[in-house]
Amino acid sequence: MKRGALIEFHLDGRSGVSPYLQLIQQVRQALRLGMLTEGDQLPTVKDVVGRLAINPNTVLKAYRELEYEGLVAARPGVGTFVTRTLADESLAAHGELRAELQRWLARARRAGLDEESIEALILTTFRATMKEAI
Amino acid sequence: MSVVLESRALSKRYGRRQALTDCTLSIPAGRVAGLVGPNGAGKTTLLHLAVGLLAPTSGTIEVLGAPPPASPEQLARVGFVAQDTPTYAGLTVADHLKLGARMNPGWDAGLAQRRIASVALDPSQRAGKLSGGQRAQLALTLAIAKRPEYLILDEPVASLDPLARREFLQGLMEATAEHGVSVLISSHLVADLERVCDYLIVLTESRVQLTGDVDDLLASHRLLTGPRCDMAALPAEWHVISASHTDRQSTLLISTADPVGDTTWTVDQVSMEDLVLAYMSKAASTPGRNRTLEVQR
Repeated sequence: MKRGALIEFHLDGRSGVSPYLQLIQQVRQALRLGMLTEGDQLPTVKDVVGRLAINPNTVLKAYRELEYEGLVAARPGVGTFVTRTLADESLAAHGELRAELQRWLARARRAGLDEESIEALILTTFRATMKEAI
Repeated sequence: MSVVLESRALSKRYGRRQALTDCTLSIPAGRVAGLVGPNGAGKTTLLHLAVGLLAPTSGTIEVLGAPPPASPEQLARVGFVAQDTPTYAGLTVADHLKLGARMNPGWDAGLAQRRIASVALDPSQRAGKLSGGQRAQLALTLAIAKRPEYLILDEPVASLDPLARREFLQGLMEATAEHGVSVLISSHLVADLERVCDYLIVLTESRVQLTGDVDDLLASHRLLTGPRCDMAALPAEWHVISASHTDRQSTLLISTADPVGDTTWTVDQVSMEDLVLAYMSKAASTPGRNRTLEVQR
C-alpha cells in the first residue's frame, strides 16, 4: 500500500508568481514549519501534475532547484527526499521583529496612511531593498 | 537535443486560400508544446500536415525524423486526437478498447483498463451516451494506450466545461510524466495551456508569429509602463511588440536581451497570455502581408 503524500501543493493563479516558484516556496515553508523533516518524501512528479494539471518539467525544475539548495535529494526510481530541515535558529528573532513592525504600522496609521497605502509602501520598499541586495 | 517536429517553409493552400504560409519550426523532444492562435489561423492544417492527413503544397515537414505518413511504423509512434475528440457513437467503451488493441501494435491493455477505471467510465456504455468530458477522456485513453512517442491533440478541451477541462489536462500531464511522451496541443485559449506547456507556437493568419521555449520567451520580454514616450527615441535594442499610449502614459511590451536599466520605466514580467496577445495584435496591425503575396501570385 502506497503511503499518502505528506504535503499537497496548491497554486495561486492570481499571485503573479510562477508555478515553479510557488512549488519551491511551499516546500521551504513546509520545512520551516516542521511539516516536512529529514527523510520525508516529496510528492512524486506524476502525483503533482495529476493534481495540478501542470507541466512535469515545472515540477522537475522546482525539485532540481531544491536539490541544488541542498534541501532535498533525488533517489533515481524511488523519489525525492528531504535531506535537511530549515533550522529554526531564526525563529527566536521573530517576536522582536514582529513587535518592531507593529510599532511601525501604528506610526504609519498615525501619519494617515490607509491599509492600501501601507501595503504598497511595504511592497515597493521590500522590492527595492531586495533588488539592491542582489 | 533531438527534435520531434521539424518543418521548413511549410505551406498549404486550399484553392486560392493560403491556410499555412512559410512555417518553419523545430520542436524539441520531451516537451509539451502549445500551438495557440485564433480560430481559422491554420492550427488544424498544421496538425493535419504533422500526422499525414494532408500533404504540403510546398516546403517540408518531418515528424520523428521522417515526412508523415512515412510508414505504419511511424504511424504507430504518433498518437492523434482530432478536434472535438471523436469516438464511434454506436460502440461501447469496451468496444473502443478492443478496436484500439486490434489496430495498434504497441497497445497497452493494462494501461487502457486502469485509465478507464480511474476516470470512472463504464465499459458497457455506448460512446454516444457519454458526456463531452467522458468522451474526451475515452479519446485520450485510446491515444495514450497506443503508447506513442509523440501525442498530437487538436483543441481537445475547447468544448469542455471547466471541470472536465481540468480533468483532461490532469490526465494528459500524468501520462506525459509517466511515459515521457512529447506533446503538441492546440487551443485558441491561452489560459488553457498556460500551465501545461513549456514550448510555445503562436500562429495567426497562417503564419508563425512566435516560437520558442516558454521560459526563454518570458525572460526575453518585459512589460514597461512610464510617462508618455517618443517611440523614435527608444533604445535600438528594444524590439517593441505592442505599444499603447494615453496623453500621459505609455505601456510597451518589448523584447530585449538586456535588463532595462532606465528607471523612468516600471518594469514587469510578462505572462504567457500578455505575450500571446501582444504577438496576435502585432500580426493584426501589420496588414497586407498576406494580401500582397496573394496579388503577386
